[in-house]
Amino acid sequence: MAMTNAAAPRFAIRTRTPVSTIAAVCCVVLVVVLAALPFFAGRSVMQNMFFILTMLSLAQFWNLLAGYSGLISVGQQAFVGLGAYLLFAWTILGGVDPVLAIVLSGAIAALVALPTSFLVFRLKGAYFAVGTWVVAEVFRLILAQVKILGGGTGTALPKEATNDAAFVQWIVQMTGERAAVARDKADYWLALILAIGAIGLVYGLLRSRRGLALAAIRDNEAASGSVGVDATRMKRLVYVVSAFGAGMTGALIYLAKARISPDAAFSLIDWTAFVFFIVIIGGIATIEGPIVGVLIFWLIQNELSSFGSVYLMLLGALAIIVMLFFPKGVWGTLAERFDLHLFPIRRSLEFASAAGDPKSSPAVEEEISHD
Amino acid sequence: MILELRDLSKSFGALKAADAISFDVPEGEALGIIGPNGAGKSTLFSLVSGALAPSAGRVLLDGRDVTRASAQQRCVAGIGRSHQIPAPFEKLTVFENLLVAACFGRGKREAEVVESCGEVLEATGLLSKANRLAGSLSLLDRKRLEMARALATQPRLLLLDEIAGGLTEGECQELVAAIRKIHASGTTIIWIEHIVHALLAVVSRLVVLNFGRLIAQGDPREVMDSAQVREIYLGSPI
Ligand SMILES: Nc1ncnc2c1ncn2[C@@H]1O[C@H](COP(=O)(O)OP(=O)(O)OP(=O)(O)O)[C@@H](O)[C@H]1O
Ligand SMILES: [Mg+2]
Repeated sequence: MAMTNAAAPRFAIRTRTPVSTIAAVCCVVLVVVLAALPFFAGRSVMQNMFFILTMLSLAQFWNLLAGYSGLISVGQQAFVGLGAYLLFAWTILGGVDPVLAIVLSGAIAALVALPTSFLVFRLKGAYFAVGTWVVAEVFRLILAQVKILGGGTGTALPKEATNDAAFVQWIVQMTGERAAVARDKADYWLALILAIGAIGLVYGLLRSRRGLALAAIRDNEAASGSVGVDATRMKRLVYVVSAFGAGMTGALIYLAKARISPDAAFSLIDWTAFVFFIVIIGGIATIEGPIVGVLIFWLIQNELSSFGSVYLMLLGALAIIVMLFFPKGVWGTLAERFDLHLFPIRRSLEFASAAGDPKSSPAVEEEISHD
Repeated sequence: MILELRDLSKSFGALKAADAISFDVPEGEALGIIGPNGAGKSTLFSLVSGALAPSAGRVLLDGRDVTRASAQQRCVAGIGRSHQIPAPFEKLTVFENLLVAACFGRGKREAEVVESCGEVLEATGLLSKANRLAGSLSLLDRKRLEMARALATQPRLLLLDEIAGGLTEGECQELVAAIRKIHASGTTIIWIEHIVHALLAVVSRLVVLNFGRLIAQGDPREVMDSAQVREIYLGSPI
């Protein structure tokens, strides 16, 4: 085709909308408030927020995998558990600072995910799901054999990794609080950073050209190949990034728990079923969905968790009702109804204001469509 | 030679959709392919673009054997194709369909390809629908999008599969003019088309397929006048 000349550009891409600009400002305010929360909130708020933020991180990464890339994994507990165990290994065996150990654990989980992907990517659809679960079981069985980390019964973190950790001690010195209280705050701040990082990473990926590739692959994988998209490579990237996120989150969750056992760390219910519920209820394949979903999940859990197994059945029933009647989830349904996108990824083509017809965009007569 | 096919064959069970097809395409040529329904024309495109693996034979691009290369690798190497049955990315907009093709087909960033995507939309008459979801397009516009998306990858070899069907005479003239312009800019073109008068306005050579076999090739007029081709098309208007 004709070469683009050096003259003023005639076209421009726009992704931002007035709503998203307002949302971005609100996000900044919210982050500031959340960052300051430990200065005026009590311990139970810290602990509840820790739960919400870590589950949100897991949900964002699972959503990237299942929602945006169509890789329905039921085995993310493999990387949650692996990350958690790696944290214990780094701190107990290596004496590494726990904050650094979280990052290292995520990185190694990602490294392990790379060869694992060659295994599970040979499987399609439901077989892929089963494959990911089998991988998690294998990881659990292997770690149950590691005697130095407690074998089948598990182990606990030493004081150097919890109350005496540098980050906790720093907070103790700053605020003069007891180490146990300071630890809750430290864990909360780490969870906040992780959740913001998860949202930022997923949104950044979707806003990059890789986000376009993922959408193309979901719509028509064969056609995506004919325009130069390497579908397998894209999916592998997403799988590895999700493992990195799940690994870091697992490490942080078990840093806070300070006790680990294979059955808990590789729990299908805690790290995949609940996450699945959060994403489905909130709205799959949206950034906002998991945020809404985790709040709903937390409310339900607070109200009903004392009912034991009935509670699990209720969660399952609710998930099925939502899937049947609101397949886009709470946020997805609202977003469609009110055309609301706080984290827009839609690229609009516009005439650049300098040249062309300033008052018209190519879509001026057309309805602008979102999904 | 930009493209060389060597005894290319493809079987679907007992059916030979491509049967030892060999021909060369010099750089810069505009080649037409005709043949009755089910002759294996689209199958041949899939073999060239890498969407299908051949049962036997080889595909050479610029003299390099790409028989084992994936569709993605062949796109990056310069082959662009339109699909006979449009395969748009339905939940992306028309513009985003081009954007993904331009970014990945050419290994560029989004900001670097905006202008050329806009120009392709303009040239293919899709500019006013740039921000519409591809899934909401009419069949005619979906076909336009097929060509536009292939062009967005800036191919050196463009494969067009029946894009003129259903157009009015005026639209057909515009399409012919657009394709001639693409050809004039140096792109090699292979065009499968049942609308023969449109095809003959562009191509300088014609290949005829029937039952998966290459049965005639050469000067378009001579090929169309040959007894063999007349026999195949007997009863169907040319
Ligand atoms: N994936 C497939 N599996 C089985 N058979 C196939 C497949 N694709 C094509 N065929 C068969 O191969 C033969 C050639 O099909 P092809 O689509 O290449 O023909 P064509 O020349 O493009 O026809 P048309 O003019 O109708 O587009 C047909 O008999 C078709 O039914
Ligand atoms: Mg065909």
